[in-house]
Amino acid sequence: MSLSQRHEDARPERHARPGRFEADAVRGVVAREWILYGQSWRATTFAAVVEPTLYLLCFGFGMGALIGTLAGFSYIDFLGTGIVAVSVMFQSMMPAVINTFIKRRFLHTYEGILAAPVDVRELVTGEALWLALRSGVYGCVPLLVAIGFGLKPGPGMLLVPFIAFLAGFAFALFGIWISAVITSVRSMDYVFSGLFTPLFLMAGTFFPLTELPDWVQTAAMVNPLYHAVELIRGAVFGGLDVLAALGHVGVLLAFVVLMWNLAAFQMRRRVVN
Amino acid sequence: MTSREADSTVPALHLRGVVKRFGSLTAVDGLDLEVPQGIVLGLLGPNGAGKSTTMKMLTAQSIADEGTISILGHEIPAESKWARARMGVVPQHDNLDEELTVEQNLRMFSFLYRVPRARRKEAIARTLRLAQLSDRGDTPVDDLSGGMRRRLLIVRALLHRPELVLMDEPTVGLDPQVRQELWGVITALRDEGATVLMSTHYIEEAERLSDEVALMAGGRVVERGAPADLVAKYAGASVEEYTPGADGTAALERLLRGHGFTTRRTGTTVSVLRAEELPESVREQLGTPDRRDSNLEDVFVTLTGESVE
Repeated sequence: MSLSQRHEDARPERHARPGRFEADAVRGVVAREWILYGQSWRATTFAAVVEPTLYLLCFGFGMGALIGTLAGFSYIDFLGTGIVAVSVMFQSMMPAVINTFIKRRFLHTYEGILAAPVDVRELVTGEALWLALRSGVYGCVPLLVAIGFGLKPGPGMLLVPFIAFLAGFAFALFGIWISAVITSVRSMDYVFSGLFTPLFLMAGTFFPLTELPDWVQTAAMVNPLYHAVELIRGAVFGGLDVLAALGHVGVLLAFVVLMWNLAAFQMRRRVVN
Repeated sequence: MTSREADSTVPALHLRGVVKRFGSLTAVDGLDLEVPQGIVLGLLGPNGAGKSTTMKMLTAQSIADEGTISILGHEIPAESKWARARMGVVPQHDNLDEELTVEQNLRMFSFLYRVPRARRKEAIARTLRLAQLSDRGDTPVDDLSGGMRRRLLIVRALLHRPELVLMDEPTVGLDPQVRQELWGVITALRDEGATVLMSTHYIEEAERLSDEVALMAGGRVVERGAPADLVAKYAGASVEEYTPGADGTAALERLLRGHGFTTRRTGTTVSVLRAEELPESVREQLGTPDRRDSNLEDVFVTLTGESVE
């Protein structure tokens, strides 16, 4: 084989200037996850369906029988829409923390990826993008389950996958940043108890925030899950004005920008020395 | 295509005065190394010589504190991604995805290396042939033998027909038989005309596979050349080994060094390099030796004072 042939074959077709952020590299990382998903989709789908079903079954019927209506909605409708947002958080942030940490520390996956023409920003973006896409799809599963439990379908529900995608992207980047901050598996206890639980409980998922002390309500304003819950409820039930919706989307976008920078910065500190 | 990409006279690798420190430890200490295109260069040294750090700097996963690095004309780390598009990297750690099949593992990296869609299938088939795994495409990696896994790890880096291949201890931890299986893959790669930089601490591997060897110790290259030339220069044609017993070892070494000969000691055995030049008058005082051909290990131990596997 001649050297010129080797050059010809080795050239990626549309290679941008060095240092530039490239969609092709991000696509490569996402494609890798897609292939892996081909192996794990059954388990992922099982968790995505069973978890919200159990929540709705136990809390919806159990608590619902005691509560009846809440904030003007039947409790099972209130809960069903809240579970969509929680499911998005768990589908994106949990694997972002655990899988990313394992891939970096134990499987040496990122050593392999970063030896290819992919940089840390593209790696982080690709990983988060994949989790966001997955959340966009699986975020709809609890909604379908809730419909099965009596939630009335409506056109606003068509917005849910997009909200789930945005929230999933934000949570995935958050999770990747955390995975790059922690130094051991033991540290994850702090993350789950100290971060997941308050995020999960202080977001208006199971009960309206108005029932909580003022300072908790104020703190919830920086909780991206709260904004995701508000957007999803607004889309499903209507009644969310455009300005408020833009405000929630704005907070989520600002969170994405902040977390993307933190995740890329911290991941680079871990994988490049 | 820019002129430097087409220019085969541009060195595959060019490192000048490269220093890398980790706290108080200097892992690479003023490394100078130039590798022309089209050769296999073995980077030989004991553990801790700075080989793996050097490899990491070449992929920009470690950034040099001082000095300059360029790969195929691209400055590192600024143009690293461009360089990585033109090279393949075989890592020291097996990071194959165990749950996936052989073919799926290759397909994943065909995306990362941006092999065009039209060439993807052919690229995977070609690398499977090179690894002699054509009939194992559907086998989960978890079911492969150690040798097959390592062959797959090597050819995974060749999917995009790189001009330069970096191999970081490609056979470390494998039993001798599997190691020899892999040598076939590396030899095939050399025959295809790729430039290969292979770090190893196995003497025999470096000697058999490399056109040139760079001996590394203390974070820098202490000598470099074709294995046969290095052996001829430092160890001559033959080595004689004497076992005078524990009491006589030191005296034997003094005698030989007094006549200007280089010796190395393994237990109570003293090896004399360039034994063919021993005067008869000295030889008569030494007893009966075991005689063997000189090898690269003799050179390495002589130059670095360290033992290698």
